[in-house]
Amino acid sequence: MKPHRDRLVATISIAQAPGQGKHDPMDMFDEMQGQNGQIRSPYAKFDAWLSEEDAARLRAKSREAEDLFRLTGITFNVYGRSEAEERLIPFDIIPRIISGREWQRLERGIEQRVRAINAFLHDIYHRQEILRAGRVPQEMIANNVAFLPQMIGMMPPGGVYTHITGIDLVRTGPDDFFVLEDNARTPSGVSYMLENRETMLRMFPELFSRNQVRPVSDYPRNLRRSLAASAPAACEGTPTVAVLTPGIYNSAYYEHAFLADKMGIELVEGHDLRIVDGRVAMRTTRGYQPIDVLYRRVDDDFLDPLNFNPESALGVPGIMDVYRAGGITIANAPGTGISDDKAIYSYMPEIVEFYTGERPILQNVPTWRCNEKESLDYVLAHLSELVVKEVHGSGGYGMLIGPAASKKELKEFERKLRARPGNYIAQPTLSLSTVPVFTKSGLAPRHVDLRPFVLMSPEGINVTPGGLTRVAMKKGSLVVNSSQGGGTKDTWVLED
Amino acid sequence: MHLAIKHLTHYTYSAPVPYGVQQLRLYPKPTRGQRLISWSVTVEGATQQAEFTDHHRNHVVMFSFDPDVTELIIRSEGVVEMTDTAGIVGPHEGMAPLWLFQRPTDHTRAGKGCREILRSVEGDGNLARLHDLSTRVHAAIAYETGKSEIAWTAEDALAAGHGVCQDHAHVFIACARAMGLPARYVSGYLRMDGQDEQSATHAWAEAHVEGLGWVGFDVSNAISPDTRYVRVATGLDYTEAAPISGHRYGTAAENMDVTLHVTQQQ
Amino acid sequence: MLGKTAGGLFWMARLLERAENTSRMIETGQRIALTRAGSGADDWLSVLQAAAVAYGYQQKHAEVLPELAIDWMLRDPDNPSSVMAVITQARHNARLVRTALTHEAWEAVNSFWMLLKEALARKVATRDLPKVLSLIRERNALVRGAILGTMLRNEIYDFIRIGTFIERADNTARILDVKYYVLLPSAAAVGSRLDNVQWDTILRSVSGEGGYRLTIGPDVTPMGIAQFLILDKRMPRSLNFCCAKLRDNLNYLATDYDLRLPCHQQADTLCRRFMTHDVAAIFDYGLHEYVQEVLGHLGKLSHQIEIDYRFYG
Repeated sequence: MKPHRDRLVATISIAQAPGQGKHDPMDMFDEMQGQNGQIRSPYAKFDAWLSEEDAARLRAKSREAEDLFRLTGITFNVYGRSEAEERLIPFDIIPRIISGREWQRLERGIEQRVRAINAFLHDIYHRQEILRAGRVPQEMIANNVAFLPQMIGMMPPGGVYTHITGIDLVRTGPDDFFVLEDNARTPSGVSYMLENRETMLRMFPELFSRNQVRPVSDYPRNLRRSLAASAPAACEGTPTVAVLTPGIYNSAYYEHAFLADKMGIELVEGHDLRIVDGRVAMRTTRGYQPIDVLYRRVDDDFLDPLNFNPESALGVPGIMDVYRAGGITIANAPGTGISDDKAIYSYMPEIVEFYTGERPILQNVPTWRCNEKESLDYVLAHLSELVVKEVHGSGGYGMLIGPAASKKELKEFERKLRARPGNYIAQPTLSLSTVPVFTKSGLAPRHVDLRPFVLMSPEGINVTPGGLTRVAMKKGSLVVNSSQGGGTKDTWVLED
Repeated sequence: MHLAIKHLTHYTYSAPVPYGVQQLRLYPKPTRGQRLISWSVTVEGATQQAEFTDHHRNHVVMFSFDPDVTELIIRSEGVVEMTDTAGIVGPHEGMAPLWLFQRPTDHTRAGKGCREILRSVEGDGNLARLHDLSTRVHAAIAYETGKSEIAWTAEDALAAGHGVCQDHAHVFIACARAMGLPARYVSGYLRMDGQDEQSATHAWAEAHVEGLGWVGFDVSNAISPDTRYVRVATGLDYTEAAPISGHRYGTAAENMDVTLHVTQQQ
Repeated sequence: MLGKTAGGLFWMARLLERAENTSRMIETGQRIALTRAGSGADDWLSVLQAAAVAYGYQQKHAEVLPELAIDWMLRDPDNPSSVMAVITQARHNARLVRTALTHEAWEAVNSFWMLLKEALARKVATRDLPKVLSLIRERNALVRGAILGTMLRNEIYDFIRIGTFIERADNTARILDVKYYVLLPSAAAVGSRLDNVQWDTILRSVSGEGGYRLTIGPDVTPMGIAQFLILDKRMPRSLNFCCAKLRDNLNYLATDYDLRLPCHQQADTLCRRFMTHDVAAIFDYGLHEYVQEVLGHLGKLSHQIEIDYRFYG
């Protein structure tokens, strides 16, 4: 079986570290210390609290946090290792703090982007106006394996494609946020966002009386409501919602169980489901019961062995037939991968403008598409300064970080780029912001990114304040990837 | 001309099947030159679960196996009125963009074998070249039943040098796409001259030619489809246009018997 | 509730109970070894038998040695019924049914597994054995307490209890099955010291020494032991007690679902046919035959519950 790639342990692949040579460390923007060592205002109250704390107590708290996580079982499974091996994602006790004003702008930008993604998906699986208008080249879609023909002409219930989206953001300065990647398939990590907050509340209750932090705990309730609001026409009465997991050995199983638990709904696997009376139904102790909305954490390819990969043992044969006949809502809709593909990413500014008629609020990281000759020439000439990514790759597979690469690796990539330029994009190395982490020898700056979680239903869009902050725990490292020792932080959005 | 069709597919299993699903594409498509007078599909041993029109505008019905069945009988029958269109199906319809039919699939990826055929294809204009292609594919793959496998790709069939209508269609489609032309797979019924009983359902290909629209090519018989050809389902390849496809649980072995009568009524 | 979840709860409970029973068997074995001279090979063999792990042990080891027997029962990776293996499976089931458990119940199972993994990472030295055994007992008690104290009394709870009592009844019946010969009237007539030890072993392996004295009296007799382990209504490990609880919990489900199924009929039959006689009648019938039949019924009932409540596909 091909591993189901968890997007949390799969994304980051950003740019390169400032401080690894070329950049002046003074350029680096620390979200707590600013650029000049002056504590930035969102952190003022926290800094005051911190200065009264002693290191020994914090160290004890830090250990306590780890014990808590281990006990709760918040672990992820590591591929390629013995099946029972479960690892903890390191948790750092210093929160990442965003002011209400900063968040307001981000939130508007995120909403705009998600609305555009959804409109793009609807268009691309129907009339393809954006291709007719020439704003996105036809071959970007035509040659894209993420385009799912089975979705052509299919209107998902309520018109919603991306019920749950994760937008990965990075920051380079006080007002400079960039979207690094959109996650429109099955974004993970939200359980860490929730558990991180719970842990902070348990360990430092006093911090929350000093700071007005916007709560995140409504997320499961909002998710359930949002999913229920997307129920299909076949639904009678209160919608039955369930979470579909690939199973107990999946790297994100903990999260699947966690979300089902918090929403008070069933956690099902493919073999719990059958098609009964025209509906996808789960085997309960009292017989088969129809499901109206299925929050699936199984990739498209594995979702339905009748219609997609016949080898899949994780899916439900015939679920696509029921879906197309209007008997169930699948969240996210199949085929959303066409919108978060790396090649499409570079067109997001055009996509946002095309569907919203507005200027994009959030910036994209400038991207060279290597299938364009001029871009390819530039990329080849500046390979050692750039990050080159495979268009369809994820999790940092097949990626080159120019400034960190050896001569041999650069040569190798040059060859690959010339052979299949259309398979690659390139981006500049960004000077990513840092937030302090708590280390044995005190606070130390580490690079971070942010994944806010966005819910969409026919009733509207809901962005949970904050999201999941991932942090590279090693000095100078930009890899926030949890499978490579990246950690997480609680993310605060303040009520200004 | 009216064609009366009786198509019976009889599956038997070596052990009771605990569960499974069958997807049927057994309803002749609305097509220029083809009109349904009557049509019905009945299934014994399974229960209808879903019905929809797919992205190729095929009428699809999905059934689930009744618990522990050991046989399944699928009967489709009816009468279709046919008028000659010289193999021309006409303009592209529906939401699937034409470029979709230029995408190779696993079964229709052009490799060494296809490229070799393509090198020798001649003709003035696409239509002539497609006719020439049909002739060459026909020559490259001898029609022989019982020796090919359903999972074969176009290249597999070319390497073997023999195959059935499915293989002919796949190779033709792979080559047409490699020529930059949209092409698709058609499954349906063919009344062979002078015989009511047919050995199997048939398959052929269609390519899209500027100005004409979709044009049919029956590589196996080296002709263009006429009033003896009833179009049932289309797709990018066999997997999307198969009359019946299924997924079963359990370990039972499957045996399939098909009886098919296509009779000319007037 | 999903059929799979019901099955997961049922098995989680069975496995937790099994681990506790196995550790109690080890304790019993240790106790005998301390109270007499000699290698104790026979005693350990019967302990292995009562814990239903003798067959595998004998496949691996030619000779029954105390430390090998203990290691086998606690942690030998070749023994799928070792305490470590059983708790790992119990936790696996708990993860599977995570959404049906309270936070406390899940954490109790998870921490049990974590601590046990640490405690059994290496072979346990004899002097550390009491500590490890008490860890198993205490952690099991904690799980039970978390379940009792925090779980709703609903179908989830019912399936947990059903699993617990099936496993417990099975365990008690198995001990009787392995040891029935020392309870036979012919053996009682001998009245040797050896028999006293054997009887003591039986009582200890169900933690029943104190309870016996309270309910039956100071004299340990085969009749008394059989009465206590099979028919006593207050002894929480007696067959009668377990079967009654099984029937009760199945009946709660029947009421809750408003549906009586074949398993309910079977549980009734089990109680009516096997738990309403007096102990003399059982001896007349044949203790061995009686216990064999009870074991057979328990197996059938367990299977019927799986079917009736759709644990599997």
